[in-house]
Amino acid sequence: MDESIKTDVVIVGAGPTALFAVFELGLLDIKAHLIDVLPRAGGQCAELYPEKPIYDIPGHPMITGEGIVEKLLAQIEPFHPTFHFEQMVTEIEVLGQSQAPAFRVKTETGRAFECKSLIVAAGGGSFQPKKPPIEGIEAYEQESVFYSVRKIEDFRGKNVVIVGGGDSALDWTLNLQPVAKHLTLVHRRDEFRAAPHSVKAMRELVQAGKMELRIGQIVSLSGADGKISSARIKSAKGELGELACDRLIPFFGLTMKLGPVANWGLNLHENLIPVDTAQFETNVPGIFAIGDINHYPGKLKLILCGFHEGALAAQKIYRYVYPDKKLVFQYTTSSTSLQKKLGVA
Amino acid sequence: MIKITFIDSFGEKRTVEAEEGSTVMETAIRNSVPEITAECGGACACATCHVYVDPAFLPLTGGPSPQEEDMLDFAYGTQPNSRLSCQIKVTPELDGLIVTTPPRQG
Repeated sequence: MDESIKTDVVIVGAGPTALFAVFELGLLDIKAHLIDVLPRAGGQCAELYPEKPIYDIPGHPMITGEGIVEKLLAQIEPFHPTFHFEQMVTEIEVLGQSQAPAFRVKTETGRAFECKSLIVAAGGGSFQPKKPPIEGIEAYEQESVFYSVRKIEDFRGKNVVIVGGGDSALDWTLNLQPVAKHLTLVHRRDEFRAAPHSVKAMRELVQAGKMELRIGQIVSLSGADGKISSARIKSAKGELGELACDRLIPFFGLTMKLGPVANWGLNLHENLIPVDTAQFETNVPGIFAIGDINHYPGKLKLILCGFHEGALAAQKIYRYVYPDKKLVFQYTTSSTSLQKKLGVA
Repeated sequence: MIKITFIDSFGEKRTVEAEEGSTVMETAIRNSVPEITAECGGACACATCHVYVDPAFLPLTGGPSPQEEDMLDFAYGTQPNSRLSCQIKVTPELDGLIVTTPPRQG
């Protein structure tokens, strides 16, 4: 395991609210590390609607999900935030007292952080793979059902069934076909979202008799002791068939789940974290919650509200990070010291 | 007044009034119709407002757009009459529309 990373603030999440919090903290000389389960910054804006226009960002009559993320990243560039992607925060340990909070934060990949404050900006929770609604699928999840591929060797010599029509499904079809005993791709229609060149490569393998493509949906699984032996497939016309299967990999996209946030000792209100509206602090002093994941009377799940919440949280965090200093409120338009931090003075 | 009937997966019917120009998904959310999640808020970016359109109304609603078809890949238990309700605009011709919600949205 790495040495723990010492920083002022750890931000859980890297969506728009988290990114703007970096800016507000940066103006106050507070350094931040951001941790996100996705492979890039942007949260829902990047994952759910990168190309969709957003019309309610102040000062931008229209901007896309991707556009706002790009601009936020440019805006926080002077503060050099450090991103840790593709990992979930799993544990938070309280080290300090309420007057001088300190925390140890661990991620699922074993990375550890020590910080004085934490900002939970986790939106709707973390993006996790959607599970198909096949009865009893959970019983096979350790041995036979996988929602991602970590080791190709686990699939060598197996009857592999992949479900889906996007890039993940097609990429893994092409990657696992050479090692699998037999590979079947199952998709609900004979059209694919995936990149045309991988669809073409897949169709060539089917033509050559090296794999099978079945149009339909998996409706049930048979097996014993956590191991699948066959999968039942239903065609669009309702015909049933059996597939030899000992490894099933469904790719049904991602959904948001609250995940480990529920285990951090924070009060929860219908899967949201209650905060006060002066500082956006949770019931645990030093842990703040901003953006879609928090709750207070009148809460609106808007990006612009998340920006406001980050700005106010930063004021309180300053007192934890610099307990002996006095915070003087300044404007970026007139303060030379702020302009120096931004690299413009 | 345009009326839409939602039949849930247990067979319970709810008939609600819909506003012209809104969507079937928005109508469901405004009226607290169960079994419509609409995680992405109507951006055609998830598949959690999946409905089955009564076949009698299919000629009026039409089928899914290519982008919507792509999203339906993430829905469970799709059928030839599957649509994402955020992509069905409410028009006067759709008065009396009947849609059924699946037992699971995602």
